[in-house]
Amino acid sequence: MPRQATPERVNDFTLKLANVNGTGSASANGLLMKSFFRMGIPVAGKNYFPSNIQGLPTWYEIRVSREGHRARSGRIDLMVAMNAQTYSQDLLELAPGGYLLYDSTWPRPHVLSRDDITVLGVPFAQMCNEHFEGARTRILMKNMVYVGSLAALLDIDMAVIERLAQDNFGKRPGLVEANMKAIRMGWDYAKENFQCPLPLRVSPMQATEGMIMIDGNTAAGLGCVYAGATVGAWYPITPSTSLMDAYRSFCARFRADPESRERRYCVIQAEDEMAAIGMVLGASWAGARAFTPTSGPGISLMSEFIGYGYFTEIPAVIFDVQRVGPSTGLPTRTQQGDITLAAYASHGDTRHPVLFPSDPTECFDMAVQAFDLAERLQTPVFVLSDLDIGMNDWMCRAPRWDDAYTPDRGKVLSAVELERIEKFRRYADDDGDGIPWRSLPGTHPKGAYFTRGSGHNEAAGYTEDAGEYERLMQRLARKFATAASLVPAAVMHQAGRKTRLGLISIGSCDDAVSEARGRLSAEGIHSNYMRIRAFPFGPEVQAFLDNHEQLFVIEQNRDGQLRTLLINECDIDGRRLESIRHFDGLPMAAAPLVSAIRERLRKGAAA
Amino acid sequence: MTYIAKPRVDHPGLTRNALGMTRRDYEGALSTLCAGCGHDSVTAAIVRACWEMALPPHRVVKLSGIGCSSKTPAYFLSQSHGINTVHGRMPSVATGAAAANRQLTFMGISGDGDSLSIGLGQFCHAMRRNVRMLYIIENNGVYGLTKGQFSASADIGSKAKKGEINMQPPIDPVLTALTAGATFVARSFSGDKEQLVPLIKAGLSHDGFALIDVLSPCVTFNDHEDSTKSYAFSRQFYHPAVHTDFVAPAEEIRARYDEGASMELELHDGSHLALRKVEPEYDPTDRDGAFVKIHERIQAGEWLTGLLYVETGREEMHGLNNTVHDPLATLPFSALCPGAETLDRTLARYR
Repeated sequence: MPRQATPERVNDFTLKLANVNGTGSASANGLLMKSFFRMGIPVAGKNYFPSNIQGLPTWYEIRVSREGHRARSGRIDLMVAMNAQTYSQDLLELAPGGYLLYDSTWPRPHVLSRDDITVLGVPFAQMCNEHFEGARTRILMKNMVYVGSLAALLDIDMAVIERLAQDNFGKRPGLVEANMKAIRMGWDYAKENFQCPLPLRVSPMQATEGMIMIDGNTAAGLGCVYAGATVGAWYPITPSTSLMDAYRSFCARFRADPESRERRYCVIQAEDEMAAIGMVLGASWAGARAFTPTSGPGISLMSEFIGYGYFTEIPAVIFDVQRVGPSTGLPTRTQQGDITLAAYASHGDTRHPVLFPSDPTECFDMAVQAFDLAERLQTPVFVLSDLDIGMNDWMCRAPRWDDAYTPDRGKVLSAVELERIEKFRRYADDDGDGIPWRSLPGTHPKGAYFTRGSGHNEAAGYTEDAGEYERLMQRLARKFATAASLVPAAVMHQAGRKTRLGLISIGSCDDAVSEARGRLSAEGIHSNYMRIRAFPFGPEVQAFLDNHEQLFVIEQNRDGQLRTLLINECDIDGRRLESIRHFDGLPMAAAPLVSAIRERLRKGAAA
Repeated sequence: MTYIAKPRVDHPGLTRNALGMTRRDYEGALSTLCAGCGHDSVTAAIVRACWEMALPPHRVVKLSGIGCSSKTPAYFLSQSHGINTVHGRMPSVATGAAAANRQLTFMGISGDGDSLSIGLGQFCHAMRRNVRMLYIIENNGVYGLTKGQFSASADIGSKAKKGEINMQPPIDPVLTALTAGATFVARSFSGDKEQLVPLIKAGLSHDGFALIDVLSPCVTFNDHEDSTKSYAFSRQFYHPAVHTDFVAPAEEIRARYDEGASMELELHDGSHLALRKVEPEYDPTDRDGAFVKIHERIQAGEWLTGLLYVETGREEMHGLNNTVHDPLATLPFSALCPGAETLDRTLARYR
């Protein structure tokens, strides 16, 4: 059926690839996304994968956006349906006027059809069976054949693809050749059988200069190396594992003596998350910069030790790459469900600094900031990333490094200083900022003290004295107030004109919120936008609440955890904070946000 | 209870060690444990061992978990950093601290409640990693601080003070340690300083994880007639297998042993262990043999004591990791941060 009516969409569409996991589709899809990026076109990729090793459905969504939007678009214009098991579902998801590419080696059941889309069949399996030997190669190459067909259909630069194949498989020349052969087969078939390119196509731009494509866990792992972290302890858990993998491989490159191979780092795979945080606290207590990456279930397990770190005032950096909870939840889906958990983890009165990166660049920057804060404040600090940021490749500004940076190791007394003082008082507030001075083991006999999670006085002696306990808790509260002046401030985006409407959001919601704001403002709905980057909240957060009549808090969890935190920590009537919550485990898209805000405003006006 | 500082009176007559320090310099705060507690004897043995070895106190780190035993690091080495962690999780804190600074001496004090129930996992994994530390379990078969519940080391048939009889088999830390790959396994009795002090010294010099399980009777909750961890029982069924003598690197070996009945082991710091076999056929370097012997004595209702197993060749945690010799905690930032140019070059691969 002809679809001539389809309007041209250049550099503005979303394609989705439906595959079976464990068949090698990830490298093909990555190559495809990178080819858009190398053509200078902004692109965003989202991987929806199962908690499984082989055989279950997996999808990869690539949004090409000349405007530079990185959130999900919320619509699919081109579906590459390679998984028979999900075919009917994939067919339904396609937007009217869209295109479906499928493997025509086997006939499609007649019922599986739609008359408002264009179906393109390529006999991928048959072509691979004819041109490649071995079952494994045939399965792997099928992915490359569809890359070739898509290159022809979408007008992707073949020279770019060839360079990427060189970059990816260059170490094994035979592999480059085989992959390029498969890609050309797909390209030739599409050129011969379809009118190429489709109205849906790409055209070179220059909008990705200074940008890289990287996932947040890799960026955070690299940030830990740059921050000077030397001890990493972790227990493997999706979606945080690749953070330690990255740290370890960067360390192997940058922190091993070229000759002796001696390591200037120590990575310990712990027996569980409780041991991992124990190791981090032990290492930090002894003076190293130490960290652990984990996810929500790990934080639940670590909570006892986190409270211990808070009360005994030991630095620690904890990366929580959030996944869908509660319990085991959906381990391979994204959510912002640990906001209140991180802020208040552990029994008793405890509060912890939390940083909220919104993309991989910030994962790098905040990794470094987290170590500075943890040592300055002598307390566990969280970096709350999520699966979307941590595991997806994001187009983002390349992190920059200032060689003049020196780490803030906080208030640590040297041997010379200890020698000079009359008596070391570990928990005394000598400077009035709530932050005491500490000493490291091995420095000087006068620095010796006994660290304990039980009641302690200013000299670190055991106490159950009511007054001493109360003074300690009040000092810790003072220290937390100091933290509010040290953490990164919220990012403010002004409407450029007077408005009473304020949007508040956090972390990986950022792109969807920004895109939604743009669309709403085209409709005449103008808003200011505050992206919160840290807890405790600085004074700018209260000011934003005070300066807007209508406030929406946008976040990715069911219970409105950021909203709860704002009500708890700021001076605000909860009725003034409207909540928009997205929590299905997929990254947030702009469209539902636009309609939610438009709808609420209309209702509000009617009331 | 409050933190009690002992009055410091140095008698001119007190003997000084190589550092010019007296035993008083190795003591800590006044113990708040019950009078007669076996743990206080262990504390005294630690003080003596550290003084005799002339360890600089500020280069020693004391660690513990939660329980009566875990309070004791406050009662010795007041010039050392100490850390009283959470219940059962001292091994992980010790592992992290040792990772950060491999040049300090680490001494962990735990109990049967702390190491064999909530902390069993961490205890085993620290041994598996061969973290260089001395790990003392003050083993009394009972939860003292919570007033007398059975611990996991209580023997079948042992009776609690309130009359309840334990029917579950005990977890023996020594057998567990042999299974988990510990490289130094010893058992002793809090009342036998002649055996315990050399063991502590040897454990502190061992290049890896050194466990000493010290039977340490609880006078309040587990020192009655039906207890198998009472003073009376321990003394009666106490069975030394190997007598250990520790000789520091600088000292000449003065002790004499009968030919054929003694053997010597050199530790990483050049010190020597002289082992006199009380049982002629006991070989403390044979892991399987040690397991069989210990088990045999347990079946016979006896505690085989002394240095029961030792292995000196295996790499400790840092050896396995190939970590630099200098402490990670004090490496200069320039040795850790690759710099701006390297960052740009690294990130170019992501374009």
